[in-house]
Amino acid sequence: MKLTFPHMGNVYIAAKAFFEELGQEVIPPPRNSKKTLEIGTKYAQETICLPLKIMIGNFVESIERGADTILLTGSCGPCRFGYYSVLENNILKDMGYRVRFIVLDPIGEGVDKLKKNVYQLFNAQNIKDVLEAAKIGWQLIKKADYITDLSNRKRAYAINSYEVDLIMDNYFKEVEKTFGAKEMMELMDSTIDKLNRVKIKQNFSPIRIGLIGEIYTVIEPFVNLELERKLGHMGVLVEKSLTPTIWVEHHVKAFPFGSKLERLKHELAKPYLKTAVGGHGLETVGSAIYYAQKGFDGAIQLLPLNCMPEIVAKSILPNVSKDYSFPIMTLIIDEMTGEAGYMTRIEAFMDLIKRKRRTVANG
Amino acid sequence: MDKYYMGIDVGSVSTNIILMDEEKKVHYKKYFRTQGKPIEILKEGINNLVEEIGEVEILGVGATGSGRYLANIIVGADIVKNEITAHAVAGLNFNPHIRTIIEIGGQDSKIVIIRDGIVVDFAMNTVCAAGTGSFLDRQAARLGIDISDFGSLALKSKSPVRIAGRCAVFAESDMIHKQQLGHNQYDIAKGLCDALVRNYLSNVGKGKEILEPILFQGGVAANIGIKKAFEEALNMDVIVPDNYDVMGAIGAAILAQEEMKNKRKTNFRGFEILNMDYKVKGFECNGCSNKCEVVEIREKDKVLARYGDKCGKWSSLIGDNSIKLA
Repeated sequence: MKLTFPHMGNVYIAAKAFFEELGQEVIPPPRNSKKTLEIGTKYAQETICLPLKIMIGNFVESIERGADTILLTGSCGPCRFGYYSVLENNILKDMGYRVRFIVLDPIGEGVDKLKKNVYQLFNAQNIKDVLEAAKIGWQLIKKADYITDLSNRKRAYAINSYEVDLIMDNYFKEVEKTFGAKEMMELMDSTIDKLNRVKIKQNFSPIRIGLIGEIYTVIEPFVNLELERKLGHMGVLVEKSLTPTIWVEHHVKAFPFGSKLERLKHELAKPYLKTAVGGHGLETVGSAIYYAQKGFDGAIQLLPLNCMPEIVAKSILPNVSKDYSFPIMTLIIDEMTGEAGYMTRIEAFMDLIKRKRRTVANG
Repeated sequence: MDKYYMGIDVGSVSTNIILMDEEKKVHYKKYFRTQGKPIEILKEGINNLVEEIGEVEILGVGATGSGRYLANIIVGADIVKNEITAHAVAGLNFNPHIRTIIEIGGQDSKIVIIRDGIVVDFAMNTVCAAGTGSFLDRQAARLGIDISDFGSLALKSKSPVRIAGRCAVFAESDMIHKQQLGHNQYDIAKGLCDALVRNYLSNVGKGKEILEPILFQGGVAANIGIKKAFEEALNMDVIVPDNYDVMGAIGAAILAQEEMKNKRKTNFRGFEILNMDYKVKGFECNGCSNKCEVVEIREKDKVLARYGDKCGKWSSLIGDNSIKLA
C-alpha cells in the first residue's frame, strides 16, 4: 500500500510523519502549484467548487509518483464535500486510474467500517495501538499548526518580514527529506528555534485580522493566494478561525459534544442564524462575532466560488458588520481569480481599517 | 518656477496625469488611452506636460490604478496607493460630506461607502464587465454612434426598451435583437443605460446602503444618460464633480502631498526619464511547477524591477521588497 492524501495547508507535514511512523509507505503529493490546478480544472466538472479541482490535481500528481491508495476524510453534512470521495473516485476511474479509496466517514455512517479502516491504516491490532498512534498524530498536528501560527505572528512583528519567508520555505523543503515522527519533530523544533530568533519591532501594535470562511480556502495558502503572507508583510497579525487543530478538537477529541470554542461560536451566531446551513456557514457567522468581541480590527471571509454555506453566511455578515461596527470583507476565489484585483481589495481594506483606527484614537 | 504635486493613475483603459498646487487646485490634467503600452504612454504623457507648461518643480508624486507599481518604477513615486482609497480621498476633498461614491471606469466599477468622512465599506465588480466603460464603448460602436453622443441620445428616449443587463454577452445579443425589431436608437441607448445601472446596483452595490450625497466619478460619469438612469433608479440626486475623469490621479496627488509632510525629498526621478530607454523582458521561470511569468524592466544595463514570481526568487534579487506586493 502506497498511501497518499490531498493537500490542505500544513496537514501533509503531520500526516507524512505520522503514517511513516506507523510503517506505511507514504507518497505525499508535490506542493500545490499551477500544474496541480491545471490538471484539476481539466478533469473535474467546471462548476464544482475549487477544493475538488485541487484534490484531483493532487491525486494525479501522487499517482504519477507511484501512489496506489488514497486516504480521505468523509462528511455527511449538507455540503458538497460529503460527495467528494464518490465523485473523485469516479473521475479517477474515468481517467483510467485504478486506485483504492479509503474514506474515513463520520462515526454516524457506521462504526464497523470506520474501525476497520482505522485499524488497517494505523497498522493496529487493538484499541490500545490506535490510541497510542493517535497521540503521536495529535502532537504532530498541533506542532505543525503552532509553526504556521508562529510564522504569521513573527511576520507581522518582524523588522524584515521576508526573513520569516526564508525560514518557512527552507522548512517546507526539508520536510520532504525527513522520515518518521522523530525526524519531523526535530525539524519542527529547529524551525521554531529559528523563527524565535527573528528580530522583531518593539512597541508595535499590529492590525489584527481574523480569517473566516470555508475551511479549505482558509487553511490552504496556494488557494487563497498566500493571503497570510501578504497580510503579514503589511504588518498585519492574522488569526485563522479554522485550523487542523481546531478541526480535530471539535470533530475527534471532543466527540460527540464538540469543542468549547466551536460551541461558543454557535451560541454567538444564534441571533443571526439559528441552525447549521452546511459546511462551516454557521461557524463563519459565529467567528465574525467572536473576532469582533475579541477586539480584532476586522475580518476577511474566504470562500470558493459557488460554496453554498458560505454564501448564506455572506448575506448575513453585513448585519454583523453593522451591529458590531466591525469591518468585514469577502473574497471569493476560483481558478480565474486575478491576483491584481485581489491585492487592490486587500490594500483598500487595510487603508479602511487604518483610517478607522486613527479616528477612534483621535476621539 | 511653479511647484506642483503630480498624480498618476495608470488604468487598464486610460492613463491620467494631473498637476496640483499646494491649495489642491488642479492646473493640468490629461487623459490618455493606455492602449496596452503603459510605459510609452507614461513617457508620452510627461513629455506632453513639459511641452504644455514647461519644466516645473515637482514636490511629490502619487501613483494609483492597476499600473501603479509600474508607474512607480518608471516615474518614481512617493506614495503608491490602490485606486479605491485614491478615489475616496479625491471624492472627500471635493465634498467632505459625501456618503457614497459610484465609480465606473474602463474595466472595473466600484462603490465606496463613506460615513462621517471615513471609508466604511467598498466593493468592486468581480465577475462581469457589463456596466463598465469598455462595454459601453463597444455597444456605442455597434449602434454606430459616437460614445460622446451616447448620453444625450439616451435622454431623448420616450419609451426605453428593456435590455437584459446581467451579462455583457447576453446584453449584446439582446440589444441586437431589439435593433432587429426596429426600435429606434434613442430607446435602445436609454435601455442600455438602464440595464447597466441595474447591473451595477445588483452586482456591485448589492447589500450596500446608498445614501446621499452621492458622487459619480470615473470615465463613464461623462455619460449623462447613465447619470440620469442612476438618479431614476435610486430616486436620489447624483453629483458629477468637474474633474470626474481624473479623480483617481487627484487622490494620488493629495496622498503624495500628505506623504511629503514627513519627507524631505521626493522620489521623482526627474524629467530626464523622457530620454531613458526602458526594456521590458518577460520570461518563464523553470524553478518549480508554478512556472511563474517573471517580468523584468531594465534601463540600459540596470535592472529596475522584476516581479511576477510567487516565491520571491527573482524580485528579491533587486533588494527592493516593496515590489513583491504587486
